[in-house]
Amino acid sequence: MEANAQRDTVGQNADSQDADGQANFDRVIAEDSRIEPRDWMPDAYRKTLLRQISQHAHSEIIGMQPEANWISRAPSLKRKAILMAKVQDEAGHGLYLYSAAETLGQSRDKMMADLIAGKARYSSIFNYPARTWADMGAIGWLVDGAAICNQVPLCRASYGPYGRAMVRVCKEESFHQRQGFEILLELAHGTPEQKRMAQDAVNRWYAPALMMFGPPDDDSPNSRQSMAWNIKRFSNDELRSRFVGMMVEQVRVLGLTLPDSEIRFNEDTKRWEHGPLDWNEFHEVLAGRGPCNAQRLERRREAHDDGAWVREAAAAYAAKQSMKTKEQAA
Amino acid sequence: MTPHGNPEVPASSAAEINREAAKVSPAVSPGSATDRNAWGLWEVFVRSSRGLSHVHAGSLHAPDAAMALRNARDLYTRRNEGVSIWVVPADAIAASDPDSKGSFFESPQGKDYRHATYYTKSEGVKHL
Amino acid sequence: MSSPETATGHGEISTGAAGGDSNASATRITPGNALRPEDIALEVRTGLAKPTEDVAEYALRLGDDGLVLAQRLGHWISRGPELEEDVALGNIALDQLGHARSFLTYAGGAWDKSEDELAYFRREHEFRSGAIFEQPNGDFAATIARQFVVSYYQFELYRRLTQSSDATLAAIAAKAVKEVDYHRDHSAQWVLRLAGGTEESRTRMVQGLKQMWPYVAELFEDDELTTRLAESGAAVDPSSLRADFDRLTGEILAEAELEVPDVPAAPGGGRHGRHSEHLGYLLAEMQVLAREYPGASW
Repeated sequence: MEANAQRDTVGQNADSQDADGQANFDRVIAEDSRIEPRDWMPDAYRKTLLRQISQHAHSEIIGMQPEANWISRAPSLKRKAILMAKVQDEAGHGLYLYSAAETLGQSRDKMMADLIAGKARYSSIFNYPARTWADMGAIGWLVDGAAICNQVPLCRASYGPYGRAMVRVCKEESFHQRQGFEILLELAHGTPEQKRMAQDAVNRWYAPALMMFGPPDDDSPNSRQSMAWNIKRFSNDELRSRFVGMMVEQVRVLGLTLPDSEIRFNEDTKRWEHGPLDWNEFHEVLAGRGPCNAQRLERRREAHDDGAWVREAAAAYAAKQSMKTKEQAA
Repeated sequence: MTPHGNPEVPASSAAEINREAAKVSPAVSPGSATDRNAWGLWEVFVRSSRGLSHVHAGSLHAPDAAMALRNARDLYTRRNEGVSIWVVPADAIAASDPDSKGSFFESPQGKDYRHATYYTKSEGVKHL
Repeated sequence: MSSPETATGHGEISTGAAGGDSNASATRITPGNALRPEDIALEVRTGLAKPTEDVAEYALRLGDDGLVLAQRLGHWISRGPELEEDVALGNIALDQLGHARSFLTYAGGAWDKSEDELAYFRREHEFRSGAIFEQPNGDFAATIARQFVVSYYQFELYRRLTQSSDATLAAIAAKAVKEVDYHRDHSAQWVLRLAGGTEESRTRMVQGLKQMWPYVAELFEDDELTTRLAESGAAVDPSSLRADFDRLTGEILAEAELEVPDVPAAPGGGRHGRHSEHLGYLLAEMQVLAREYPGASW
């Protein structure tokens, strides 16, 4: 249904229909209502959404890898079950998001092909290695924490299928951040070596997590348009500041520290401020020159290619069964 | 699948091919012409408990109805969300035109007399 | 399974986002209230449940089967032939891990050991799993072949264990049998599709079954332990499951136009700690972190 969304209104009277469509689109946005797949929408809106939702989906799928890396070595059976469920959830979230993106007229196969070909982006944080078990804690607490901060406002995104996908994702992710926090809590109260492991993981994931909110506002040209379209509800810096404030509280409970001596609450702006972030590194990793970029894409390609014969077999079987049914009916 | 296929295809064409191909035989879910092993798209409806209606939960890919049901079970009911699932080939759903003038849904507007609240004089009369 | 009404309050999660009629929501989520490993741990701790030495030995076998299989299946998460299958295999792995945790927790009750002490601090020859569970994943067809054998075997076993004279074994089996019933369906669906799909998939399916079938016989071997348990009513003779297993797998194989593989049976020995070469590596990976920090809490 939703996936068949095409530019229905583009036809003989394209111009006048576009004008009507634009008027309707503007009204829906002004009313803070929702755009649905078969509605007319400006090309730029469609493209922006398609880019954002597919990147989001890719991030879920690539984001499975650093954690999947520890499923087999999880140090207790309870942690193994939790981690398995979490990584599996991420596959699910990728699927919800690909479905939402498909309603904009692009097939999942095309999106997957772009990802494997290195033409699509995903959250650059997943190009860092998960070196120790404590990274499972830091990823859950910081990375999922930042993701949730980003995603909760997206539940109200103006594009209906995206908002609905995010509602589902947010509900399910409520356990992701908590389990990460509890991993760190356990380590922080464990042996001195465990505590060092936890602190080291927090040190490594802190800055990349802050950078998940995207470049600073004055260096984020698309943000303003996205906010005007009610896709984004808050600016990158606003969300980042809010996140820092939450982490400051939570890290105390953990008994660990954030690797940032410049965190402070600015009474004038009423915002949390943090130390400088290495945006050069961010852009390097985004451009493919991170520690694990090649490995992550290769792993995805391998799974996809190794699965080709399976997908083909299931499609062939379905075609044969359908033929049989038709023959029996005839 | 064609991971190394032509990446220069315009954004919408794959889906259009998909849709055209699906018209011929939607249940077989043939995917696009270049992706003979792509699985078709299914819409999933979940009934959260007895007595309630099935509600659209989302969509997924599957080679056929039997697998679509199972994938839906695995994907959309991992947390006790449902007691019953429907899956429908996405192409099999006919939808009303989202025409901007909304004429399709204009008629009921203003027909207040279809609603009990219209009848104010009988307000306060018991069991009415 | 709890009704949604009773489930409200201990599991419902709201993001506060506009979700329409909450009663009709397809995203309403609850944890349910089935038997969990934690419940068994509590029973063991409080002395409500304590297995006999024989039952503990037996539970160890079943627990190891599930644990080793979960360890294998977990590898597929992020590597499945399609994302939907990542999720499906993940669910099966989680079910198996759940059964393993329950059985191991219960078994540990006899020796004052936790599930983790049993999983992470026993050596290879102390594991009691059958050889089929540790067989490498191979390609998807090999994994499906392994699932096919295991799920049909486990279904027959758990179905009977629901009548066990040991209440805890019966309770674990009652939860497990429903889940394994779905695993049967999942594997059968794939056996049909791979066998009836393309030439390549058929060849791979045939090969996958051939790879796994040598380890079928071991699952149905009786020994002194199972004989004693069968006599006491706590378990059943593994050999008594074979006819149903053959009949039901035979039906699917026939529908898929496949033969039962004609391959010699491997000698077995897993129930007594004699394993194939694969298990050592699997355990080395699984146990490495826990053993690096003995006594640590996670």
